[in-house]
Amino acid sequence: MAVEFSEKTKEKFKVVLGKYPEKDAALLPALWLAQKEFSVITPEVEEYVSKLLGVPLVRVREVLTFYTMYTAKSLGKYHLQLCTNIACTLLGAEDILGRIKNKLQIDVGETTPDKKFTLSTVECLGYCGTAPVIQVNDDFYENLTPKKVDELLGKLK
Amino acid sequence: MAEPILSRNFGKKDSHTLQVYVEGGGYEAMKKALKEMKPEQIIQEVDKSGLKGRGGAGFPVGKKWSFIPKESPKPKYLVINADEGEPGTFKDRQIMEQDPHAVVEGAIITCFAVGIHWAGIYVRGEYVKSIERLEGAIEEAYAKGYLGKNILETGFDLDIVVHRGAGAYICGEETALLESFEGKKGQPRKKPPFPAIVGLFQGPTVINNIESTASIPHIIKNGGEWWNNLGAPGIGGGVRLFSVSGHVKKPGVYELPMGIPLREIIYTHAGGIRGDKKLKAVIPGGSSAPVLKPEEIDVPMEFVSLAKIGSMAGSGAVIVMDEDTNLVQVLRVLLNFYAHESCGKCTPCREGTGWMAKIIERIEKGEGQSEDLDTIVSIANGIRTRTLCPLGDAAIGPAISFVTKFRQEFEDYIKRH
Ligand SMILES: Cc1cc2nc3c(=O)[nH]c(=O)nc-3n(C[C@H](O)[C@H](O)[C@H](O)COP(=O)(O)O)c2cc1C
Ligand code: SF4
Repeated sequence: MAVEFSEKTKEKFKVVLGKYPEKDAALLPALWLAQKEFSVITPEVEEYVSKLLGVPLVRVREVLTFYTMYTAKSLGKYHLQLCTNIACTLLGAEDILGRIKNKLQIDVGETTPDKKFTLSTVECLGYCGTAPVIQVNDDFYENLTPKKVDELLGKLK
Repeated sequence: MAEPILSRNFGKKDSHTLQVYVEGGGYEAMKKALKEMKPEQIIQEVDKSGLKGRGGAGFPVGKKWSFIPKESPKPKYLVINADEGEPGTFKDRQIMEQDPHAVVEGAIITCFAVGIHWAGIYVRGEYVKSIERLEGAIEEAYAKGYLGKNILETGFDLDIVVHRGAGAYICGEETALLESFEGKKGQPRKKPPFPAIVGLFQGPTVINNIESTASIPHIIKNGGEWWNNLGAPGIGGGVRLFSVSGHVKKPGVYELPMGIPLREIIYTHAGGIRGDKKLKAVIPGGSSAPVLKPEEIDVPMEFVSLAKIGSMAGSGAVIVMDEDTNLVQVLRVLLNFYAHESCGKCTPCREGTGWMAKIIERIEKGEGQSEDLDTIVSIANGIRTRTLCPLGDAAIGPAISFVTKFRQEFEDYIKRH
């Protein structure tokens, strides 16, 4: 089945397109809309965005694979993104990583069998003053301790 | 302590709204600039202020603006850099979340001074709240007639767009950022031509950091000389936001004069080292800045003084490490970061950062030898100046400084493991 934006997203896309002096610049925003709508940017979605914007498919693929926040595979309901960069590591991020792996019995890059959690490590998230930090979907949990991580994982239903 | 300026709205209720911003004197500078000043006068004030770019390179902001040709067949653009990816840095986020109108006002003044009618703010993809706050502020400004056509009936037009990045440190580099803005993968461009001549969509482009932009309204409202005098005596250049993290009692964002001694930041403002431990090492300007030893912390925190002792003021991010810190682990984290974030366009950076990361990983695992340390330094020296953008050089800063300044600790680690 061919993919297509909902009417609402089509409207949003039109607004976005109108904001830029050149239409190619709307590729990143178009991919954000696509990711929101379809969760995963599959080859069909790539093709759709390419046609919608009139940019070559190869260009869409290039952009998609260059940036780390677009996702071409399906993720768990909660995407756990633990910062393991310097400030977080100084304050124990690697212990917290171990804790999460142990608790969920998955490694970095994996999803739990019930599709609830995907675990990733990420570079500096800009929360160094309240490190260690984990981003769960669009929310941030700061000043993590092993206890807080346990509570957090329990809370996410 | 001195009255806060850049951070005066931080912590206030609804500080992100136009109402609160205006109550604190917001948008007065815009009115002054658009109604009472000529563009050249604005640039002169910014010149006098001694404001140097807060994104990392520390280039004088007024000078950067004056490079933009007055007449240009192509439209001119302002791009505001809010990619904030330099590890240890978290001050731009505070500005966007708590004082987004300062960014909008700064952008309006900048564009009026340089003759620009379209500005884009490039925000890193993870900063969802920052994006919401900026978009909210922009919407309010349009509704008030501070953006759009014929602003304040002066005939000046300006549109501002927020562009969301998608996770790539290299997009903070200004030419990579332009590529990313244009809907491409974020790989740096060759310079020259510089963005001031050929930038976004081929037009002359000013690229400024968020904090640089948010400083502009204060400079216009109170004068360049006033701002300059806020810096340490004999140094000037105003105040900046320092992001302080790591093993201090009170991490956070501190607004302090340019040129304040690093010791004061750590011990007076951030409360000293946690558990009253001893200081082992400190990175003074974001992860790319070469590390300093405890005997070096009387250095004034500004661009020239830090460069003199072989480090850099960078993004103003101070990362503090106490006596118990395992520097092998720290260097492994940093070198992995640069290896991961190298865009791969130039061989010395792509291969060199990868090799350095592999070597330090091997050392950490207990499979290293003393000669490996020399190899890291020699690879780093092979990257130096042989790359298209400064990321290559950014990676070698920590590599060389950690290994040479703390050689004994690395040697001991290798012996013990
Ligand atoms: C690898 C790399 C990453 C950078 N990241 C940022 C960043 O996240 N934010 C920023 O403002 N400047 C960053 N810069 C500096 C920009 O290239 C540029 O100098 C700056 O945005 C100019 O604004 P300013 O003069 O107001 O500082 C980075 C530079 C390099 C080489
Ligand atoms: S120095 Fe590194 S990051 Fe910069 S262009 Fe070359 S490969 Fe890319």
